Amino acid sequence: MTTKKLTQKIDIRTLTMIIVLIIIWVAFAVATGGSFITARNISNLIRQAAFTSIMGVGMTLVIVTGGIDLSAGMSMGLIGCVMAACQVWGGMSTPVTILIGLVLGCVIGAIEGSIIAYVGIAPFIVTLGAQLICRGGMLAVTKGQTIAPFNKDYIFWGTEYLLPYAGWIVALIAIAAKFLLQMNQRRAKQKHGNLEESMTETMVRFGAFAVLVAVAVFILNRFKGIPIPVMVMVIVVVIFTFISQRTTFGRSVYAIGGNIAAARYAGINVKKNLTIVYILNGLLCAVAAVIYTARLNGGTATAANGSYELDAIASAVIGGTSMTGGVGKVSGAILGAVMMMSIDNGMSMMNMDSYWQFMIKGLILVAAVWFDTQTKKVQK
Amino acid sequence: MAEYILELQNITKEFPGVKALSEVTFGVQRGHVHALVGENGAGKSTLIKVICGVYPYGNYEGTVKFEGKECRFRTIREVESAGIACIHQELNLVPDMSVAENVFLNNQPHKFGVVNFDEQFDQCKKLLAQVGLEVNPDEIVRNLGVGQQQMVEIAKALSRDVKLLLLDEPTAALTEAEVDTLLDLVDKLRQKGVTCIYISHRLDEIMRLCDDITILRDGQTIETRPKANMTKDDMISLMVGREMNNLFPRVPHTRGEVGFEIRNFVVPHPDIPGRNVINNISLKAYKGEILGISGLMGAGRTELFTAVYGAYRTKGSGEIYIDGKKVDIRKPQDALDNGFFIVSEDRKKLGLNLIMSIKENTTLASLEKVSKAGVLDEGAEVSYTTKYVKEIRTKTPSIEVAVNTLSGGNQQKVVLAKALMSDPKVMILDEPTRGIDVGAKYEIYKIMNELVDKGVVIIMISSEMEEILGMSDRILTIAEGEITGEFDAREATQEILMRAAVGRSAK
Repeated sequence: MTTKKLTQKIDIRTLTMIIVLIIIWVAFAVATGGSFITARNISNLIRQAAFTSIMGVGMTLVIVTGGIDLSAGMSMGLIGCVMAACQVWGGMSTPVTILIGLVLGCVIGAIEGSIIAYVGIAPFIVTLGAQLICRGGMLAVTKGQTIAPFNKDYIFWGTEYLLPYAGWIVALIAIAAKFLLQMNQRRAKQKHGNLEESMTETMVRFGAFAVLVAVAVFILNRFKGIPIPVMVMVIVVVIFTFISQRTTFGRSVYAIGGNIAAARYAGINVKKNLTIVYILNGLLCAVAAVIYTARLNGGTATAANGSYELDAIASAVIGGTSMTGGVGKVSGAILGAVMMMSIDNGMSMMNMDSYWQFMIKGLILVAAVWFDTQTKKVQK
Repeated sequence: MAEYILELQNITKEFPGVKALSEVTFGVQRGHVHALVGENGAGKSTLIKVICGVYPYGNYEGTVKFEGKECRFRTIREVESAGIACIHQELNLVPDMSVAENVFLNNQPHKFGVVNFDEQFDQCKKLLAQVGLEVNPDEIVRNLGVGQQQMVEIAKALSRDVKLLLLDEPTAALTEAEVDTLLDLVDKLRQKGVTCIYISHRLDEIMRLCDDITILRDGQTIETRPKANMTKDDMISLMVGREMNNLFPRVPHTRGEVGFEIRNFVVPHPDIPGRNVINNISLKAYKGEILGISGLMGAGRTELFTAVYGAYRTKGSGEIYIDGKKVDIRKPQDALDNGFFIVSEDRKKLGLNLIMSIKENTTLASLEKVSKAGVLDEGAEVSYTTKYVKEIRTKTPSIEVAVNTLSGGNQQKVVLAKALMSDPKVMILDEPTRGIDVGAKYEIYKIMNELVDKGVVIIMISSEMEEILGMSDRILTIAEGEITGEFDAREATQEILMRAAVGRSAK
């Protein structure tokens, strides 16, 4: 086994994205006289990014299969309104309300997925249709009113914080788990003579992770603690990283996206797996809907004016997911989401007009993909 | 002194870490057909890209002289206007445009930008007559066969007043009859004064057609000789750098019991209602033998086995028996569950996921073997993959590299590893050595023999008669969806097989 070149070993792309993010943060910090990097604002920003990341994770899976989901934002909105109706009008308890929302998300995903997989209509068309239907559904449910307020234990999911000491416990668990995982992986690779990384390299990576977690928890604790939506996001990313990287289902998803005909020839049940991807995506839209409505403390049709699916697509793509399918990491969506939200947040703080936000976000999206193609050329 | 239309002097092209071409030097005489041969990875494709301007001037070292003048081509357009055209291995036609539109793409007869369709039609008709292709210029290219599409490419080159035509593996996807037509056409072009550079793995074609032969090995020009001073054996030993007296590792096989049987298999035509691609075929294959399937392209060879595999566009009907047990196959999954595997003729489209690693490709058809309750065990994946890499001698720096970085021969070995890992009882090898160099071919034949010894039923579909005759124990010919002959390989000859392959249409 030859050792890889340094340029191939480090993920240039992730590294550059982080550097770009730091530059953006520094720039905003200077431009806002420091108020951008107050603990309060960072906490706020990360919470916003958590919502987009959760949508971005589902979108990443969909894009990896070579598809797209244009309905994500509207189905998120519709699910939120239905949950509001259940609790506010129907008087249902929070667990039942959330369960209904999650099931509804899966049902929407299942319908879209099976039309795409079994009927064979292009994802763009199916989800565009679903987008309009959900938008209509949202208006039908709310009739233009705001359905409020939610119970206290519902609002918890969008507005509460983990107590600081609990935050440190979470951080310790995360760091310990990462350590055990990495050592385990090393041992397995060593056993099969497949180890390509020195101990120092492993330790540097582990150290970077530990420092990042500690700094993040420290900053968040200086405000009120880890926001609950961020905890939800972390759990979602961990679960979906596992699903996409370590399960046969995940492998099949990447195989389908990379070469659908070869996947079929290898005996992979393409239709079933595709449908499951859309179901999971619908499920995550529902999770995002809980956070969204809990934060607003009500279900309104305002989501109809947003373009949350586009934010989700953008964070997946900025996070390194290829629109041609087969390539992309679930965790990349976090990076993409933080990048997008930083720009939103920073520009709002600078009192810049919202048209600037749109334009700059558009530029960043295209630049990220351009950068991707360039680094790929270099690494070849 | 002979007049050279193209002279290459000390062409060197480096990629990071690899010297693809090293001081390549030779001349191509005007009006000749010049063969360029070498194993895969010898640098032929890179050289073509230098000549065709895919790598612009300055991107390589050395000089390219065309018609006595040094060329400094920066764009493919400049190359085209100089009179150099290239027919690439993968055809570059727009499938949903007509023949005429393709021939005159970006070169339409026009006035002020408005296309003169009548003239385009007439000119195209003349060009098609020149290449001997009898199709309507308004026909959509998608509806043509591969051989016909190649003719359209050549017509396209002729429409631009080509002086030097490069043909990169033009016969790789053609049937024997189409190959004949193509060789005749190249011969005709030569008589008209068009110079050709002809790249092919098929040495017989080269012996038949070419005037001069240049051998490339490891990015270097080994020798250029007129054909008169070169034999096929010379070429092979120069290409591989060693004597290779036996192209086919034939070992005696003993036929065992029937391992695979199909009875009354019918496959309806996917586009034409009421017609069948496969008409009532029954066949038996035994353990301990290699069954060769011969026939022209489009005869139904691939369609038959793809339909048995459950991957054809229409569903076949009939009975399938594996190890004497009747099996019901509706989709590839069912086939794999029953130990039936196809190594497809199109490894890039159907056999491999090019952006995935060797490891991921190897285990893709047998994920249940390397997982528990749906969770992958990376250690198991690594050990299986490492085992197959060793067993079938795949050359690679690591099992984690993407398969698109491998040569054709090694890619095919990855497909074989994937097949082997699924523990097949019956393995269909559809054109297993297409586009693979001599050395790797030999390796793949050896693997086939090893599999036969292990009791796997091997059925090999091939358009290369030599391969069919060299490797099979028994040969079936298929024509127009029916079996037209069965031969013992020891008694068969190319002529006999050809006669059976043209089948009823010869009447």
